[in-house]
Amino acid sequence: MSTTGTTSATASRLRELRAEGRAALVGYLPLGFPDLAGSIEAARAMVDAGVDVVELGIPYSDPVMDGPQIQRAVEQALAAGTRVRDVFGAVEQIAATGAPVLVMTYWNPVVRYGVDAFARDLSAAGGAGLITPDLIPDEAAEWIVASDAHELDRVFLVAPSSSPERLAAASAASRGFVYVASTMGVTGERSTVGSQAERLARDTRSAGADLVCVGLGVSRADQAAEVARYADGVIVGSALVRPLAETTDAAAGVRALRTVVADLAAGIRSSIR
Amino acid sequence: MGPGSIAASLATGQGPYFGEFGGRFVPEALVAALDELDTEYQKAKVDPTFTEELMRLHRTYTGRPSIITEVPKFAAHAGGARIILKREDLNHTGSHKINNVLGQALLTRRIGKTRVIAETGAGQHGVATATAAALFDLDCTIYMGEEDTRRQALNVARMRLLGAEVVPVKTGSRTLKDAINEALRDWVTNVETTNYVFGTVAGPHPFPAMVRDLQKIIGEEARQQVLELTGRLPDVVAACVGGGSNAIGIFHAFLDDRGVRLLGFEAGGDGVETGRHAATITAGVPGVLHGARSFLLQDEDGQTIESHSISAGLDYPGVGPEHSWLASIHRAEYRPVTDTQAMDAFRLLCRTEGIIPAIESAHALAGALEIGRELGPEGLILVNLSGRGDKDVETAARWFGLLDEDSASGYSAHDVPEEGDR
Repeated sequence: MSTTGTTSATASRLRELRAEGRAALVGYLPLGFPDLAGSIEAARAMVDAGVDVVELGIPYSDPVMDGPQIQRAVEQALAAGTRVRDVFGAVEQIAATGAPVLVMTYWNPVVRYGVDAFARDLSAAGGAGLITPDLIPDEAAEWIVASDAHELDRVFLVAPSSSPERLAAASAASRGFVYVASTMGVTGERSTVGSQAERLARDTRSAGADLVCVGLGVSRADQAAEVARYADGVIVGSALVRPLAETTDAAAGVRALRTVVADLAAGIRSSIR
Repeated sequence: MGPGSIAASLATGQGPYFGEFGGRFVPEALVAALDELDTEYQKAKVDPTFTEELMRLHRTYTGRPSIITEVPKFAAHAGGARIILKREDLNHTGSHKINNVLGQALLTRRIGKTRVIAETGAGQHGVATATAAALFDLDCTIYMGEEDTRRQALNVARMRLLGAEVVPVKTGSRTLKDAINEALRDWVTNVETTNYVFGTVAGPHPFPAMVRDLQKIIGEEARQQVLELTGRLPDVVAACVGGGSNAIGIFHAFLDDRGVRLLGFEAGGDGVETGRHAATITAGVPGVLHGARSFLLQDEDGQTIESHSISAGLDYPGVGPEHSWLASIHRAEYRPVTDTQAMDAFRLLCRTEGIIPAIESAHALAGALEIGRELGPEGLILVNLSGRGDKDVETAARWFGLLDEDSASGYSAHDVPEEGDR
């Protein structure tokens, strides 16, 4: 994993937690859902309730890695007028909690904004870096330069189908952690987390990654506990969007979100390594 | 090209990049499948058992070579220029789409996968894929925007008759781009058993180069046929451009004939100035969609803008990267044709020549009328008639007011002509 010259706030946090003997809870929410202010409030509440690292998603018109729950949320966020530039103010307010804030974005909004300009503005807002679900290291030359220049994390994904060479390439190119996709598929809650996840996490470490977080399909405390045995972080998305989507009462949605987060955080703390 | 330099062939591009366009902007989970497809395709295209089997299918199943037809009565409306049609409409399944699909179905069998998925807009690629799946005993799922399943209900029935499952896609604009999103989600999930038979020269590498290779037979045949008929090369080769597979298919054999102008006609919808169109190269800016960097209709945030066209097959906010490259080096030109211009040309070909074209192809016909007037009576234009219009009869009947009032009721307002004289 690339560490030279730049200290990653995300990596530091994950290592601190590792020293405490537990994995991190990485919580995803989309910017602008149910509305801009509501999404910032929900993200701050989620940190207060036990999320260690925030993954803030930029709504995008063509989210090919997302299942129905997140698709619906980002469609609503876009319909409500959420703009890409809104992410910077949101990051600043969420980062004020002290939790590292990574932005999850499909690549075209960054291209359109300007890769270096986006990196500059994200860094200025106190953002930790980017998770890029449709940007593979092979196509990331411009982003690698910009993220180095602005000292941002760059989180690439690995999948059960990744070859050993690609695991090594993703590990070398990533900073912060490597995102291990637990199964072949899109985001969404699943009854079981793929059995391939543990093997893939181990193989990714063998390929050079120091820090690995596992996502896709994790929704319950027992699943989080299971993943926390072998990963540095447990990434949860759809299961956090659901409580906000199930009610039109924003305050009730945030209360329900806190309950889900507290349950997942307790699951991780119960995990035996 | 500077003096003394040797003119390099433009026809050799194999991807992943065509100039600054193309690439692979995809989830990591798909990379292994794309690599496998690429590796297997590179082997197959030089393997006589593959190429001979494909040529046999072209001859005995598709009906290739497709003929060319000169259309003098139609051309009389184009300033007297000669117009020759390449008749891809006469292929089995009614369009050029079968050329690509048979190749990819053979490749699917070679790789050992048992299921194919595809996106479709007008339904032509879906029908072709369902046909090949029936022929090759493959399970088949077709993703089609819900809006398009309404516009092209007949093709939905055709696909189901052929044994395919048709999934109406209810997200986003409910058209072709959303069908591609849903097909990509399916592929990420089921890639172990499933091959994605992509329908056009867009998408991540190797699709733009592979689909181009499978479609370039159109231009190879037509170039020879036009030479035999007229003793010379055409001045202009014209094709409609949505994703761009029929256009690249007919352009490619002419890329190194620098005296031949290549003209792609994009869907201008209600007019480019209205914002309701699908003229990607004319009005878009480069961006990333569906795995490739290419021209794209997008807003200032990089969100994809919904496209509009009377033609479901051209109703796509992206375009293949090789077209973006050909536009950027000025080897091909791209112009918009409005719904009205396309439908006028559609009716003209019906009335003058007894050929009902696909509305997609009618955009190229409208373009040929326009360019013919620019060229004058000495001009020679080759038009790719990429598909037939059986699927479009209902849309055309509505457009021209050919239905009884009872059956015309219930259609959405924007489909109905505002004046009675269309």
